[in-house]
Amino acid sequence: MTYIARKLVLFVLTLWAAITLNFILPRLMPGSPVDAALANIASTGTVITPAQKQVVEDQLGVPHGSLLSEYWTYLNNTAHLRFGISYSFPTQTVAHTILEALPWTLILVGVATVLAFVIGTSLGVLAGWRRGSRSDTTITLSATTLSSFPPFWLGLLLLFALAYKLRWFPLGGGFNDGASPSWSIPFILDAIRHSVLPAVTLTVTALAGWVFGMRNNMINILGADYITFAEANGLRGRTIATMYAARNALLPNITVFGLALGGVIGGAVLVEGIFSYPGIGSLLFIAVTNRDFPLMQAIFLVITVSMLVCIFIVDLLYVRLDPRIRR
Amino acid sequence: MIATGTSPIPPGETVAPATGAASLPGPLRGAVRVFATLWRNRKARLGLLVLGVIVFVAIFAPLLAPYSPTSTGFTPYLGPSGTHFFGTTGQGQDVFSQMLYGTRISLLVGLSAGLLATLAAMIIGLVAGYLSGAVDVTLSFVTNLALVIPSLPLIIILAAYIPSRSVWTIVLVVAVTGWATGARVIRSQTSTLRSRDFVTAAVFSGERLPRIVFREILPNMTSLVAASFFGAATFAVMAEASLEFLGLGNPSTISWGTILYSAQTNNALLTGQWVVILAPGLAIALLALSFTLVNFGVDALSNPRLRERS
Repeated sequence: MTYIARKLVLFVLTLWAAITLNFILPRLMPGSPVDAALANIASTGTVITPAQKQVVEDQLGVPHGSLLSEYWTYLNNTAHLRFGISYSFPTQTVAHTILEALPWTLILVGVATVLAFVIGTSLGVLAGWRRGSRSDTTITLSATTLSSFPPFWLGLLLLFALAYKLRWFPLGGGFNDGASPSWSIPFILDAIRHSVLPAVTLTVTALAGWVFGMRNNMINILGADYITFAEANGLRGRTIATMYAARNALLPNITVFGLALGGVIGGAVLVEGIFSYPGIGSLLFIAVTNRDFPLMQAIFLVITVSMLVCIFIVDLLYVRLDPRIRR
Repeated sequence: MIATGTSPIPPGETVAPATGAASLPGPLRGAVRVFATLWRNRKARLGLLVLGVIVFVAIFAPLLAPYSPTSTGFTPYLGPSGTHFFGTTGQGQDVFSQMLYGTRISLLVGLSAGLLATLAAMIIGLVAGYLSGAVDVTLSFVTNLALVIPSLPLIIILAAYIPSRSVWTIVLVVAVTGWATGARVIRSQTSTLRSRDFVTAAVFSGERLPRIVFREILPNMTSLVAASFFGAATFAVMAEASLEFLGLGNPSTISWGTILYSAQTNNALLTGQWVVILAPGLAIALLALSFTLVNFGVDALSNPRLRERS
């Protein structure tokens, strides 16, 4: 089987497994979502009437068939993007709520991941090439330290120092109050100004993986014969580092690009929540706080599927980059 | 694939036992050797020292803490002072004492979730790598699935569904999601070791499967197992803090995550109590940093090229 066909089969299988997992998870849990939702309502002091119970059961879809027929209904609903009704945003469908938030997160997470990749990889090349030098130690130690900070905590500090105290940046949100999303220049500039702090937080905490991956690959490759040969030929160090070593060291790093995206998305959940950024992360933050199970499940599904699609795209691009796997 | 730790171990690198500790029983001898190699690495030594201090604080928290962490008798919202180093919470508790006691929970969650995840990674990785065919294909598929599903969102969802709010819930949830990276690395190493002569010899001498896998193959992967332990432990510390910050922990336990949570719900930054936010975050970072630093030494253990030239 060719590489692409194999990846395609794997993609479809993984997609199916992820969608099925989303169906099984709530059913594996002790207590039903209905009980949890009712307990949540009861905790506010409201006495639950049978009618209210009925409404909640209808919303969450209480099992009234075999597991198989339920599964079929679930697949059918998922294919048509019918995710039920969220309690947090009862006036619109879950799909609509998510679709509104998705572009914000895609841009934020995308920009942060690419920035982290570019900066981290360059630093990794430098650290690996100048191994044992002061710049190597500085780069590795600062990257390790930055990655040890919980992203949400770093976000809180940046928010406090740069937005609250110094007032360089807005205190949160994706755009100024009163503005409505459009593709006009002022709006885009405004949106960029609002996304600087969350993007910096995510980029900085995601750097380390790229630095170490690249540094290790460089060190392994610098021992290769063709590097020694290049040195013997009297090529300049810069040329060897960037054109000979780094190009090959980059390949294994690209395969983990999709996985790295997952880490950034994880961080984005809490970071978006802190900055009240209008993306999927804030939505999940709200959904968890309200124990809004339909919204939670749909968001999880959307995040997972986006990840799988990204990984698949990276796999396809990899064919262009590494001719060896075309065979 | 990440290159870290996946290169085959040169024969004689980890197979040969250290002669100095030969009188100790097998597993202990391995541990002593690992520790000695780690200590020689500068970064790992720093990590071990920091970790040592954290363990010390966790064990002796009751002796070190000036007040009870739960006593609510102080003036609330105090700033840092000589009597309350980190100030007091909105409920009038001493934050410094809470920080010391919180060390216990973070360390407990990090170590036990790391241990559980590593155990799962070891079993799945070894079995998948040793048995080729359908078992390997299935287990590898499950591993890859667990790798590509974003773990923090999954953890959040799981914790939101589970009604019980205890530290052990968090440990379990983190372990369930944190094993995949280790399993993949261990699997690939096992499959390269499988065709080595000493394994073939064990098969021909009629050893049973568990013995071959756990007594013959496993001891050659001490560094990979250690690496996946510290990796999973770092992840667990971060995940615990995130869950508790989201309000998915038990608010009556005192941990660094719940201190951050109550600080945030009390708007600590806006009331000028920035120490209450700063201290737990720094503590979490310090613990995670110590795990990562130790892991540098572990990487060097399995890949001689990464060793520091000294």
